[in-house]
Amino acid sequence: MKIAVASGKGGTGKTTVALALAETLGERGLLLDCDVEEPNCHLFLDSAPARSEQVEIPVPEFDPERCLGCGTCARSCNFHAIAALGKKMLFFPELCHSCGGCTLICKTGAIAETMHGIGNLEFRATAGIELISGVMNVGYPMAVPVIRKLKEQALPDRVNVLDCPPGTACPMVSAVRDADFVLLVTEPTVFGLHDLELACDTLEELHLKCGVIVNRADDNCGELEAFCRKRGIPILMKIPFSRKIAEGYSSGRRLTECAPELKEEFEALLASVCESRQVRQ
Amino acid sequence: MKIAFTSRGRNLDVLLDSRFGRAPFFVIHDTVSGDTTAVENIQNLNAAQGAGIQSATTVANAGIEAVVTGHCGPKAFRVLQAAGIKVYQTSALTGAEALRQFEAGVLTPLESADVEGHWA
Amino acid sequence: MKEILIISGKGGAGKTSLCAAFAVLAGNSVLVDCDVDASDLHLLLKPDVRETHAFVAGLAPVVDTSLCTRCGECVEVCRFDAFRVGEGDFAVIDESACEGCGVCASFCPAHAIRMTPRLCGEWYESFTARGTMFHAKLLPGGENSGKLVAEIRRAARTYAGESGAERILLDGPPGIGCPVISAMTGVDLAVVVTEPTVSGLHDLNRTLELARQFEIDCAVVLNKADLNREMAARTRNFCTERGVDVIGEIPFDPLFNQALREGKTMADYPESVSGRRIAELWETISKKGNRTC
Repeated sequence: MKIAVASGKGGTGKTTVALALAETLGERGLLLDCDVEEPNCHLFLDSAPARSEQVEIPVPEFDPERCLGCGTCARSCNFHAIAALGKKMLFFPELCHSCGGCTLICKTGAIAETMHGIGNLEFRATAGIELISGVMNVGYPMAVPVIRKLKEQALPDRVNVLDCPPGTACPMVSAVRDADFVLLVTEPTVFGLHDLELACDTLEELHLKCGVIVNRADDNCGELEAFCRKRGIPILMKIPFSRKIAEGYSSGRRLTECAPELKEEFEALLASVCESRQVRQ
Repeated sequence: MKIAFTSRGRNLDVLLDSRFGRAPFFVIHDTVSGDTTAVENIQNLNAAQGAGIQSATTVANAGIEAVVTGHCGPKAFRVLQAAGIKVYQTSALTGAEALRQFEAGVLTPLESADVEGHWA
Repeated sequence: MKEILIISGKGGAGKTSLCAAFAVLAGNSVLVDCDVDASDLHLLLKPDVRETHAFVAGLAPVVDTSLCTRCGECVEVCRFDAFRVGEGDFAVIDESACEGCGVCASFCPAHAIRMTPRLCGEWYESFTARGTMFHAKLLPGGENSGKLVAEIRRAARTYAGESGAERILLDGPPGIGCPVISAMTGVDLAVVVTEPTVSGLHDLNRTLELARQFEIDCAVVLNKADLNREMAARTRNFCTERGVDVIGEIPFDPLFNQALREGKTMADYPESVSGRRIAELWETISKKGNRTC
């Protein structure tokens, strides 16, 4: 089972919630930090990775002996990742989508695939949480291939919790796509509500079931509640605004430590999400 | 030798376009024959990415030895360099003025890309 | 004419709020909201849309069902799991998975697939009380966000050149991926907004590293500075070690959210501590960024 923790707006508390869920699940859970541009989950576990694996994507490699210099590969690449100068082939890995098209289209078999590193997966297990973080290389432009590789680590017999990237563009979509349930974390602010609506629209397009968690909840939740009612999206939990929680977070302390009173609520949340998908906890 | 100027139009009197990958035309001047021709680059204006790479390939395949432009991004520069083409930077307004600068030897070739490209 | 970008690696640090306040303080600026998949700047600057442009980028496959033989070759050849051929069904495309590579079209034995231009969103040229604003809306799950950012930046530059604007203020996207790179290239200054938290510091590090790779000058603003003294000190030390100036610090202030609720920016509270700090910050920023275009 996959539970995605997403939001439209950044900074609403996705990582906070994802960690709390993973901690509640204990050994039944697996936390995947899919915010590969700026992964934060590991910061709250205070441990070095037990191991690290490079994330590699297949990219073309050109054999000058077999190359005819026809330039077909360059012309066929929709991402312009290849420049053909006679028989000299220039390749731009940061533009490559690893579609394999050039390899297939080359008539003389002059193109083979080789692996190119774009980031890392880091594996940690502490405080009863098993975490795999996706870390995209700084300067590499595309989060999606790193997210895809990370998601391959999901385990079928666990409840996989995915800490997703903010926004509604391809990184977020790639992370939430096949989730059994999406928890949208929002805050009762103008930006929070606006971006929540964008996120809901995106999830509707993807036909994904979702519920809302309001973080930093205060007396201004009226508009948010009205919106959720109108869209038929349940508000599954409210985490009150608390200076204690904010300060704990700033120092890298997990929510369960700063506000242990919330533990029961997270258990109830998980129970209702799992039930809604008829999955044994 | 053939020199390419990134241009907004088809001849040397038109304003130069400062950006290599997105200039609508390359005006090519042959210093031996004195002839000037134009090659369209318009198809690259709307490329989602890699416009500089395509422009550079166009230029390289046209037998150009030198490019005179305002700005050249890193991917285009890499292609031009691989093709042995020198890139000169100018702030001249027209191709004619830039050609005069080139012939007077006041333009120096770029050692590396002067702007970061990507999509800009 | 200078281009000033406001970013933060970490979401929620306050960049849009600050950008809106700067827009008010700056005057004669062209504004660009580069956060194209979750734009918020318009909520504060209330643009009056004058022109709408379709954003078409990349390609998407279209299956001609009169030619499709249901052979399933597209399913085999697609690396993104974007095709399904069910029992008695023609090939169906999952658009959210498709990356527009065109391999399906090249290898369909029946030539039943055509690559067509893909509508990814739209962008707007709008009038606001603080200057002309360029912003966009990417369709849900939209691709090519980097290209869309480049498109509105280009439009803004053209407009600024023609109208004689002194500067372009860019509200940046979160993260460090392609839309951020596209927002960042060639700007005169990147103002990086951070917060004194472990997450904030981690993300600041990656953002500054990205800026270094693209040779962009940076200046750091520490927002919610009094939230955590120790982390604030660590952040300042980190910036010193990196050779980046912390040009201002703003205390944690509920006025930020109150301003949002009232449809105002922090520049509308000049008497408050935060309001004063932000005004001082703008003074500093407007004098920086001397790279010639």
